[in-house]
Amino acid sequence: MVVALAARFFKPIEAMLYTKDNWGALPAGWTRSHLLGLEDLSAQEITILLDLAQRFRNDVLESPDNLRKIPLLNGRGIVNLFFENSTRTRTSFGLAGRRLGADVIDFTAGTSSVAKGETVVDTAKNIQSMGIDAVVVRHVCPGVPQLLAKSLKGCAVVNAGDGAHEHPSQGLLDALTIRQRFGSLKGLKVAIVGDIAHSRVARSNIYALQKLGAQPIVCGPSTLVSSYWKDLGVETSNSLDELLGECDVFNLLRVQFERLVASPFPSVHEYSKLYAMNADRLARCKSNVLILAPGPINRGVEITPDVADGPHSAILDQVTNGVAVRMAILWAVLSVSSAHK
Amino acid sequence: MSKSIFIENGRIVDPSQNLDAVANLLVINGKVAGINVDPAGVDPEMPRYDAKGLLVLPGLVDMHVHLREPGYEDAETVASGSLAAVAGGFTTIICCPNTNPPIDTTANVALIRELASKARRCNVYPMCCISKGRKGQEMAELGLLFESGAIACSDDGSSVEDDALMRRALSYCKMFNKAVLCHEESSALVRGGVMHEGRVSNILGLGGMPAVAEDVMVARDIALAESVDGKLHIMHVSSEGAIAFIRRAKARGVNVTAEVTPHHLTLTDEELRSFDSNYKMNPPLRSAKHVKACIDGLVDGTIDVIATDHAPHTAEKKLQEINVAPFGIIGLETALSLCVETLVAPGLLTWSQLVEKMSLNPSRILGLKKGTLQEGADADVTIVDPELQWTFTPNLNHSKSSNSPYFGRSFKGRAVATIVDGEIRYTF
Repeated sequence: MVVALAARFFKPIEAMLYTKDNWGALPAGWTRSHLLGLEDLSAQEITILLDLAQRFRNDVLESPDNLRKIPLLNGRGIVNLFFENSTRTRTSFGLAGRRLGADVIDFTAGTSSVAKGETVVDTAKNIQSMGIDAVVVRHVCPGVPQLLAKSLKGCAVVNAGDGAHEHPSQGLLDALTIRQRFGSLKGLKVAIVGDIAHSRVARSNIYALQKLGAQPIVCGPSTLVSSYWKDLGVETSNSLDELLGECDVFNLLRVQFERLVASPFPSVHEYSKLYAMNADRLARCKSNVLILAPGPINRGVEITPDVADGPHSAILDQVTNGVAVRMAILWAVLSVSSAHK
Repeated sequence: MSKSIFIENGRIVDPSQNLDAVANLLVINGKVAGINVDPAGVDPEMPRYDAKGLLVLPGLVDMHVHLREPGYEDAETVASGSLAAVAGGFTTIICCPNTNPPIDTTANVALIRELASKARRCNVYPMCCISKGRKGQEMAELGLLFESGAIACSDDGSSVEDDALMRRALSYCKMFNKAVLCHEESSALVRGGVMHEGRVSNILGLGGMPAVAEDVMVARDIALAESVDGKLHIMHVSSEGAIAFIRRAKARGVNVTAEVTPHHLTLTDEELRSFDSNYKMNPPLRSAKHVKACIDGLVDGTIDVIATDHAPHTAEKKLQEINVAPFGIIGLETALSLCVETLVAPGLLTWSQLVEKMSLNPSRILGLKKGTLQEGADADVTIVDPELQWTFTPNLNHSKSSNSPYFGRSFKGRAVATIVDGEIRYTF
């Protein structure tokens, strides 16, 4: 009784005392100074990041003392180098960096010299020269994070979304959200629905899911779901209705109107009739089905408001996990890159 | 400089006279004076070249080169490009008209000829545009352009989208016995494209340029050429489907020829996984089955010519994001070695067949009196050491641009002397 009371009493104090020194070392399995995508990561590396994120969420973001900060990256400079619009990813990375004690600054292409014709590499080198340790980059063109990783010496590069290629932090936070609900991803069937062709979220999700033992299925109109997905060991489907009773998770992608070169379906009206997750379809799903959406969502296009706000939806939980996952990423890559300095 | 030379002990490979034998070659005043002449009768003062162990070939002809002048002289000039050409063993190059301004006037044809003659490296013949301003709307003054020295016409860089214009050009050029050289892609099908559409583009999330975009244009142009009995040459063919269309068209007697680049014979779209823009070309590097189709097409004669599509771009342009970086690579100084490695060494082509593809056939298609060492021919000769081991490094590169994916690659075999108009213009 006394012991139990003592444990209850001391636990929050213990949490409050997390510092650089008692937080613990980075797991030995993590050796990367950049996070450019999930394609090359092993299951072990993904698990390290998910475990770290879970710890950051439990012990820092939701710490009983409400301190919500841990000074692991004090004095470090991180720049959000966003060449493409974003609200939540940029805010989430910014918050993650600040929760770790780093100084985070935002760079937005519209207000910069990019508009004057500066190349992306020159822009990044200029910003690095201001004393930046990590660059979190989002760009409309696939491969820009790889280009920066090659060009910036001694600077960690984190991909926050490169065109339709990868969005690794989103893939990780989706995997974490699924793991929290089901305990493990092994054997789960996860449908990724919508504009698969233009989705970096789909690609990063597929890699995380496959490595952690889940089976991804991509679903959408045939003009957006090519046969090339089968080469990646991914099942394909053109019918959401066929998948309803079969899948444990539905990840409903936003239709990326801005990336469509020519409309691959006749109308938004037709698309949402065929592919929107609505109450009627939800009723035909498994009772413990999990609904995810990477956001921002087009209410009424890929998901109806009642489903988005309903009990099966983990949309806001994904956002919370996003901060924790990005703390894990920033701490992991900066620990390695600073060890190399 | 002397325009006479006596080349001894070399193995002369000249498919124009069905010759492959060790023999001497006498050049007097820039013309071939004879093969297997009696050395005793040769002027003892004449310069001699001992080609023992070397191949003596009719000078190589590259019918697809971008020299970037006028307009993009920071990437290449006629002088720098023609130096790279002789370093790669080419004695004649045909330059594309997509300059700024484009070569659609006789004044611009004259400018290129003037610059080439000043550079005095190799023979340079300009192509002119098919359409005024290369805009694909109305025909350029093709008759006057040909008369002023344009060797052929092409809107290379883009297809002629207008069916009627293409048909008219094929019909009109017949009067001058000129081929229409075509870049084949449906612009609607490649819009937003960066690389070959397939498994790799899907993984990388890069916009795809499907093979069918090339196939449909090749099929259209074959049909148009057939309908007016025109002379059609397909530039840088790269897709299995297009090659099949050409093969069938040739079988029924359509006047169509085709070329392929060394990079479409040696690289696949897998290379783009590095996001290195030196693997970004148009037509794009395709998958292994298309590479195999290109090689098969060369071997069975469907593809007549190997041409480099030498496309210099400055480093700052190529260093941009892969979506923005321009298409193309330089190729003059690696073409021969790549072909030796890919085609001759494995026994897919004989030396004589390679000379057909790189000298005789392009000359015939263009109506040039080149590609032969027959008596009286222009003394353009490429001497090749088939055993020489070398590595392509930036130090060896003569182009003004360095957008090559082949730096660091080691080769066996290269041109060691390039003779143009009887003069040694380059030695390695």
